[in-house]
Amino acid sequence: MDAPETASNPLRVAVVGAGPSGFYAAEALLKSGQNVRVDMIERLPAPYGLVRYGVAPDHPKLKEAILVYAVIAHLPHFNLLSNVAVGRDVTVEELRAHYHGVIFACGAETDRHLGIPGEDLPGSHTATEFVAWYNGHPDYRERSFDLSAEVVAIVGQGNVAADVCRILAKSVDELKATDIAEHALDALAASRVREIHVIGRRGAAQAKFTNKELKELGELPSCDAVVDPQDMELNPESVVELEVKSNFVSVKNVEIFRAFAARGPTGKPRRIVFHFLQSPVAITGAARMEQVVLARNRLEGAPLQQVARETGETDQLQCGLLFRSIGYSGVPIPGVPFDARRGVFPSQDGRIVDGGGAVVPGLYAAGWIKRGPTGIIGTNRADSIATVKSLLADLPRLAPAAKVGEALEPLLMARGVRIVNLADWLKIDAAEVARGQPKSKPREKFTRVAEMLKCLDGP
Amino acid sequence: MTTIVTDNCKGCRFTDCVTVCPVACFHADDNMLYIDNLVCIQCSACIPICPVHAIYADDDIPEDQRNWIEINAERSQALPVLSDKQEPLPEAEERKKALGF
Repeated sequence: MDAPETASNPLRVAVVGAGPSGFYAAEALLKSGQNVRVDMIERLPAPYGLVRYGVAPDHPKLKEAILVYAVIAHLPHFNLLSNVAVGRDVTVEELRAHYHGVIFACGAETDRHLGIPGEDLPGSHTATEFVAWYNGHPDYRERSFDLSAEVVAIVGQGNVAADVCRILAKSVDELKATDIAEHALDALAASRVREIHVIGRRGAAQAKFTNKELKELGELPSCDAVVDPQDMELNPESVVELEVKSNFVSVKNVEIFRAFAARGPTGKPRRIVFHFLQSPVAITGAARMEQVVLARNRLEGAPLQQVARETGETDQLQCGLLFRSIGYSGVPIPGVPFDARRGVFPSQDGRIVDGGGAVVPGLYAAGWIKRGPTGIIGTNRADSIATVKSLLADLPRLAPAAKVGEALEPLLMARGVRIVNLADWLKIDAAEVARGQPKSKPREKFTRVAEMLKCLDGP
Repeated sequence: MTTIVTDNCKGCRFTDCVTVCPVACFHADDNMLYIDNLVCIQCSACIPICPVHAIYADDDIPEDQRNWIEINAERSQALPVLSDKQEPLPEAEERKKALGF
């Protein structure tokens, strides 16, 4: 057979995962000028990964990234194979036989742990679970959160924390015209949450919020943003940090925090309380969590390199619900090397390597499963382009896979897999939009895989 | 909602912004970049990554830079998309220093 990428033997690549990095990888391949065919394999029936299931429903503009991915999905030689799980429905070995290259862009699907006592008590959750639940992710459909708790703690001061905070802080009226899942809206309607404590291990000058998201927390119609003015007395190193001109995001954040501190509570029904220089060290309670023990920290180190160190003093915060927002981790797939410590598929320039550092021919990684859960949606674009560049550079060396050119569909269908292709997805998509219309929602998501398939095949 | 590139980009053109834009809404001429707000999804990822703080959104746009709103709108329509990082302009580092960054 001819080498890959000739008229008779087009380059065939499987992209595993239909989130942002998968789509950016597919785009880079399809616009490379090579004769290439891309099969995108997604575990869920619905594509778009964290843009659909991560981006907060009250940030619809951000979800418009999907419009860009939809254009990619309609490019010639792009083929969507959704509702197909690698490792369950098809093995990595089989993919290696059917494709010249396999790009894993399957993200970081699970959470990191704080590693503190009581972390697994009922009432203590990860932010990821909550985010996936309110966004209607089928894996999280049956989760429940005790929103009868009046006081909630969120551990972490980044943008996922801000999202969780807003969803808890907003009234149902503020959320009902978004694409938030119906089950979440119903549960939030009965919420008794009154105080949301947002806990950061470092100071106000080191919080990781973007300016826009922090400012938004201070502009909620039914929730006050509260900062203790004493917390705005910064240590000398932090003051130096704020004089560094390139540190403009933190400068603005501190300005926003100072405005919150100066304003104080204005009597709105809910309040967000920012805590600084505190780290959870234990979660306690009898049958379920009742309080979190917070160690007080001080900052140590040179400006812009300050780290939090416990002072030995602790505080207690009574709360019935806690969300930790401290990062995601990838999950292993049989047949692919996995770095358990970092929660990624180890790679060099996007080429997956084994434990000894040797390249595994034909396997590539892009996005969070490659570099860990850092950056925002767009960061994955440059990342995926770099991986595709490596793959294309390897073309002369890519082994002529045994079954290349043989479609994967017959094998999957023989196994009883209901492949959801692009046309199928567009039907599900249209049905969701139609379901949303009577409620003035952009869509009402199907939150169970069976419901999505029923919409294609009937009961 | 509007996000725009302003004066500080001129003579720098570091182009870090294009590497984080999820929707490829940056357009460029030889001097600087411009944002097409018809395409931009207001994710604000480009704001912190600019080494000279040339990018602003909404009410953070300084009063003396608001003329750039119209310039971004016009120039972005007339110029090609730039979606890959380029070498900064030769005088970029010098200008960055002069701007205090």
